[in-house]
Amino acid sequence: MTRLLDARNLRAAYRTQDGRLVRAVDDVSVHVDEGEVLGVAGESGCGKSTLGAILSLNVRSPLQVESGTLDIEGKRQDFGASAKIPRTWRGSVVSLLPQGAMNSISPTMRVRDLCFDVVRAHDRRARRSDALDRVRDRIADLGLPPRVLDAYPHQLSGGMKQRVVTVISTLLNPRLLIADEPTSALDVSSQRALIEMLKEMLEQKIMAGVIFVTHDLPVLRTVSDRIAVMYAGKIVEVADAGDLVDRPRHPYSAALLSSVLVPEPRYRTMRVKGIPGAPPNLLDPPPGCRFHPRCGLAMPQCHTDEPPTDGTELRYSACHWSAQHPGESVPVEAATRDELDGGEPLDRAGEPVALAGDGTGVGR
Amino acid sequence: MTAAQTSTRPQRSGGKELFVAQQLTKTFGRGRRTVDAVKAVDFTVVEGDITTIVGESGSGKSTLARMVLGLLPITSGTLTFEGRDVTHLRGAARRAYWRDVQAVFQDPFAAFNQFFTVRRLLERSLRLLGDARDGRQRMEEALAHVGFAAADVLDRYPHELSGGQRQRVMIARALMMRPKVLVADEATSMLDASLRVNVLNVLTDLRDELDMTILFITHDIGQACYIADRVMVLEHGVLVEQGPAEDVIFRPQQEYTQRLLADVPKLHQLPDPGPAGSAAVAST
Repeated sequence: MTRLLDARNLRAAYRTQDGRLVRAVDDVSVHVDEGEVLGVAGESGCGKSTLGAILSLNVRSPLQVESGTLDIEGKRQDFGASAKIPRTWRGSVVSLLPQGAMNSISPTMRVRDLCFDVVRAHDRRARRSDALDRVRDRIADLGLPPRVLDAYPHQLSGGMKQRVVTVISTLLNPRLLIADEPTSALDVSSQRALIEMLKEMLEQKIMAGVIFVTHDLPVLRTVSDRIAVMYAGKIVEVADAGDLVDRPRHPYSAALLSSVLVPEPRYRTMRVKGIPGAPPNLLDPPPGCRFHPRCGLAMPQCHTDEPPTDGTELRYSACHWSAQHPGESVPVEAATRDELDGGEPLDRAGEPVALAGDGTGVGR
Repeated sequence: MTAAQTSTRPQRSGGKELFVAQQLTKTFGRGRRTVDAVKAVDFTVVEGDITTIVGESGSGKSTLARMVLGLLPITSGTLTFEGRDVTHLRGAARRAYWRDVQAVFQDPFAAFNQFFTVRRLLERSLRLLGDARDGRQRMEEALAHVGFAAADVLDRYPHELSGGQRQRVMIARALMMRPKVLVADEATSMLDASLRVNVLNVLTDLRDELDMTILFITHDIGQACYIADRVMVLEHGVLVEQGPAEDVIFRPQQEYTQRLLADVPKLHQLPDPGPAGSAAVAST
């Protein structure tokens, strides 16, 4: 399998008005192989969208990339104070599907005019008819109704708008598509349609890889091959999608999983506690492991020492606990602190709260 | 469901019927360009229940909620609240109705005036009461119900709060009226999963502790499964299925409900290892 994208040691910060730095991405390395979908999970404010902006080369003040390198199919881009990013890369090498993209289609323009605008922005001499032929073919290939081209945005449903902007953002056949929360505003049926379309696009080799950013783990499980979990600007765990969901090795991943609600009988009777607290303010992140104030498994060294990275590039967890328990998955019920009254067990039905059917770790 | 499950969540039957809707209809537009957003819907909402309306975008869920709230004129049909006809309320009668029926909407980012502190926002809502002498006490009490200490939030501006915190402030704003009914229209859909659970827990606590009646509107059956006592399924304005949550979610009769369930992304590809009811889910 060939390596499509290799990003190393990315560090980026927002500069506040009084000159302080909020480091939203701190020493992050990710890679995407050809034909792969990499999911990025985490709560709001953990740096997911910032990572997406860096990888799609859409860095604008007050965000600055301090260091890092980006290799896309052998072409290298160094970030740093004096880095110049070729404008032509945006849209044709990497393309960003930004958050809320479906509401950014101009309401006074027909979809076909927007398509032409996108093509012309990259090729001044593009002819309108050629551009529209290309869009029409693409829409037919993906099984969308051709009428969307002549429609105004208000004539399309939310799910259809989102599929249309996805098609437009990949018109130039980017090698890598970065999709930031593309499904969050959609209902489940539209989510499914969008995910199926993305998979179809990968199959047709319209793009070679996708980075899919969302807080919605069930969606990530469905769409991605690997999942990277971000917390407070760092990647805390990377694993094969199924492995991460069934056998999380970082307490934060387990905590995220424990707050997922799916229509299964046991959710009728148990009380899901969510994750108490909120991600830290990145102006002043806590010392040691950044998750320790919210972690149910925190040990003394978590308060002071940076967590070691345990595992390989394809499967790792940055956590003191998982370093001490190699190969074990985190017991989901222990991952978060119990801020509620201690007397009542959380799972009133007496079923294990653990999401995985096997290997739920210590004490079991 | 099994005996274990019914015993852990007490059956909430026997409460009195708070809302009764008969043939409730909303038509937008006129002439040939009419759209029937809600078509002749019959339902009852029982006191102390969390009733959930589920359906896709465009199924008429929000239209129905806005009619219940008296924010949209009802085209035809009748709606009664505590036995009184509230189909066409106006003026002072409608304001009185809003003391009993309050709402929380979808977008916690748009619902705030960004120049107002939480205190000022909440004080403005007290006007609806007319007499606001115990306003300060109501404010603190309402914030306590959603898990805030009043001193922590009252002087904050919206940008200093997370989405989940804003939504809890919005719930507190509604609770200051000490309403009988809270209508939550997609109140959790813009929140992260971890914050979503907190807001849902606030709603279930309100039901369990204050005996609040809640009409919860969502497209997410996972959330409906977690909090609902009763579920109503809307498809293109038609109420296709309604009943106790266990029946509708785990033994859906209608094809549309089955499809909605099938579209929910699964976390685990294997069937649920839970003992009871898992077969019903797997077969959908």
